[in-house]
Amino acid sequence: MKWVKTFAAICAAAAVSGAGAQAPIKIGFMAELSGPQAPLGQDQYDAFMMVVEQNGGKLGGVPVQVIKEDSQLKPEVATQLVDKLIEKDKVPIITGITFSNVMMAVHKKITDQEVFLIGSNAGPAPIAGAQCSPYTFITSWQNDNQAEVVGEYANQKGYKRVIGMAPNYQAGKDFIAGFKRNYKGEVIDEIYTPLNQLDFSAELAQVAAKNPDAVYVFYPGGLGVSFVRQYKQAGLAGKVPLLSTSTTDGSTLPAQKDDALGVISGTFWGPDFNNPANRKFVDDFEKKYNRIPSQYAAQSYDAALLLDSAIGKVKGNVADKKAFQAALKAADFKSVRGNFKFNTNGFPIQDQYVFEVAKDAKGRVSLKTIGSPLKDHKDAYHTQCKLS
Amino acid sequence: MTTGLFFVQALNGLQLGILLFLLAAGLTLVFGIMNFVNLAHGSLYMMGAYFGAATFNATGSFVLAGSVAVPATMLLGVVVERIALIRLYHRDHLDQVLATFGLILFFNELVRIVWGPGAQFMSPPEVLSGSVDLFGLRYPAYRFAIIAVGLVVAAGLYVLIHRTRVGMLIRAGATHPDIVAALGVNVRRLNTLVFGLGAGLAGLAGVMAGPILSVQPGMGEPILILTLVVIVTGGIGSIRGAFYGALIVGTVDTIGRAFLPTILREFLERSLAQAAGPAIASMLIYVLMAVVLAIRPQGLFPVRHA
Repeated sequence: MKWVKTFAAICAAAAVSGAGAQAPIKIGFMAELSGPQAPLGQDQYDAFMMVVEQNGGKLGGVPVQVIKEDSQLKPEVATQLVDKLIEKDKVPIITGITFSNVMMAVHKKITDQEVFLIGSNAGPAPIAGAQCSPYTFITSWQNDNQAEVVGEYANQKGYKRVIGMAPNYQAGKDFIAGFKRNYKGEVIDEIYTPLNQLDFSAELAQVAAKNPDAVYVFYPGGLGVSFVRQYKQAGLAGKVPLLSTSTTDGSTLPAQKDDALGVISGTFWGPDFNNPANRKFVDDFEKKYNRIPSQYAAQSYDAALLLDSAIGKVKGNVADKKAFQAALKAADFKSVRGNFKFNTNGFPIQDQYVFEVAKDAKGRVSLKTIGSPLKDHKDAYHTQCKLS
Repeated sequence: MTTGLFFVQALNGLQLGILLFLLAAGLTLVFGIMNFVNLAHGSLYMMGAYFGAATFNATGSFVLAGSVAVPATMLLGVVVERIALIRLYHRDHLDQVLATFGLILFFNELVRIVWGPGAQFMSPPEVLSGSVDLFGLRYPAYRFAIIAVGLVVAAGLYVLIHRTRVGMLIRAGATHPDIVAALGVNVRRLNTLVFGLGAGLAGLAGVMAGPILSVQPGMGEPILILTLVVIVTGGIGSIRGAFYGALIVGTVDTIGRAFLPTILREFLERSLAQAAGPAIASMLIYVLMAVVLAIRPQGLFPVRHA
């Protein structure tokens, strides 16, 4: 009967340890962690876990258990994973979410079940507008914002004729539309290339022939690496200013290096921001992971800080949904971007900046802040959101 | 639409065609001679690019990158052939497709584990990093180099296939494999040789594409599809077919992408032209392939059965 004794001992030990420690809050983390888009999800995960580790496995003073899932850029996989996280793991909070199409597939499913969604990248228009939810809090941006600020920059620079280029899918068209929202000059041509096309020689020759004042592009990931190189090789760099969104960021600069120097981009944060929260974030991240953090890391770092503050406010009782909602809404944390508060739709009200690719103090190719054309910027869709 | 612009676009088409030819030559030989469908050919291209990028990042020399990547890919091709593919020669095409598709997944995951999921840095040699003036339009010097290298390789292949004993065996193997074997030629060794040659060419294409495109996991798949279109259009098993097929596909694709949206805008509404232009342009080569298959199922330049 030895095994009975052993079994009893294990049960007793489990009971003791269970009683001794506070049950951890489960947090589902879902992002693109494989395939060509994996650098984005990996930065989101690394930055989030850095906060958890620095706090000794706790957020807001309460132990947390992060359950990591790879949505593989497949909406159908993502919906299954959300079912698993909610039904089986019973998580009260899900964070991450890299791509807008994945966000659209899981947003309603998560928030309908009153699970808190702390999105740290994708910000498609519908969930900022009519489909907004009191359970959604986005620590990144609404997609259009990063294009709007570049449009505003083009106005300031007095560019009259601009050519827009993007991959031929929804996000590509959204970013071109976002650029046009603030831009007052003329977009003389819009070129949409197939999403899997990596060679832009034909399009760049057309661009060169039209000789515009500037070119605005949205080419994320590997597309951006190819595009920026070919723009340089075609002799356009330095001649026709290249304005961009999500094309030269922490995920692509290591492969673009000097070819990207001088490229302009717009977003909410850069590694050179000089505020205490950001200096700590960038130093810690570089020390731990030996690379310059990308904006995706910054967004997710803020998501972790937001959860840290809100869980602390409700003393770990996230089951009190009203109180936890209010605690999240307060956004009582020091964001790496400086100003941060939530709008009625759960998206940030924040300054938008313009960056130029340049060498940093250590001689590495990085982003340099050159202006902030939009202050306390709100997305265009919050008026369609019926929350208050 | 100026003559200069048209000329530049024709060069772009030629350059894409040359790159496709390097891939198609190997694929068509393997397909034609061994009757083997190798979907993993794109992975060899990717491995070539990665070998090149790794050498480049370690040494800073593009020449060295090329001279390491090509033999390394060739060796890899031979090893893969000896270990895995040799067991599949007598299975049907579906098994071969499944197994080589598995190899694609294997290699994509392998580079992700070794080099990480992000794109790798690689740049052309300093002398070729600029652009050349052509009738007031600029053309990247590096792309001229690709065209030159590709043409040299094409000439070399022509000599190899038509003027040497090995070439004679390759040609004979493509048309009469049983007789070649009956004459006492070691067909197994010939197969390995052909496979290694194809892998080397794929590696060369990969390392030359490295500074233009982004070296990343999965970079072989889009180009593999174009390559399959090339060999079907040109005629399976024929180097000549691969060459002309690649130039036709490269030119049609480039000219379509460059001018179709502009032409459509002449008689369509702007927003409609912007939506339809790229869609139709990217379909052009498949339409071309369908037409060729309908009219000449053996391809435009099939192997000549003497």
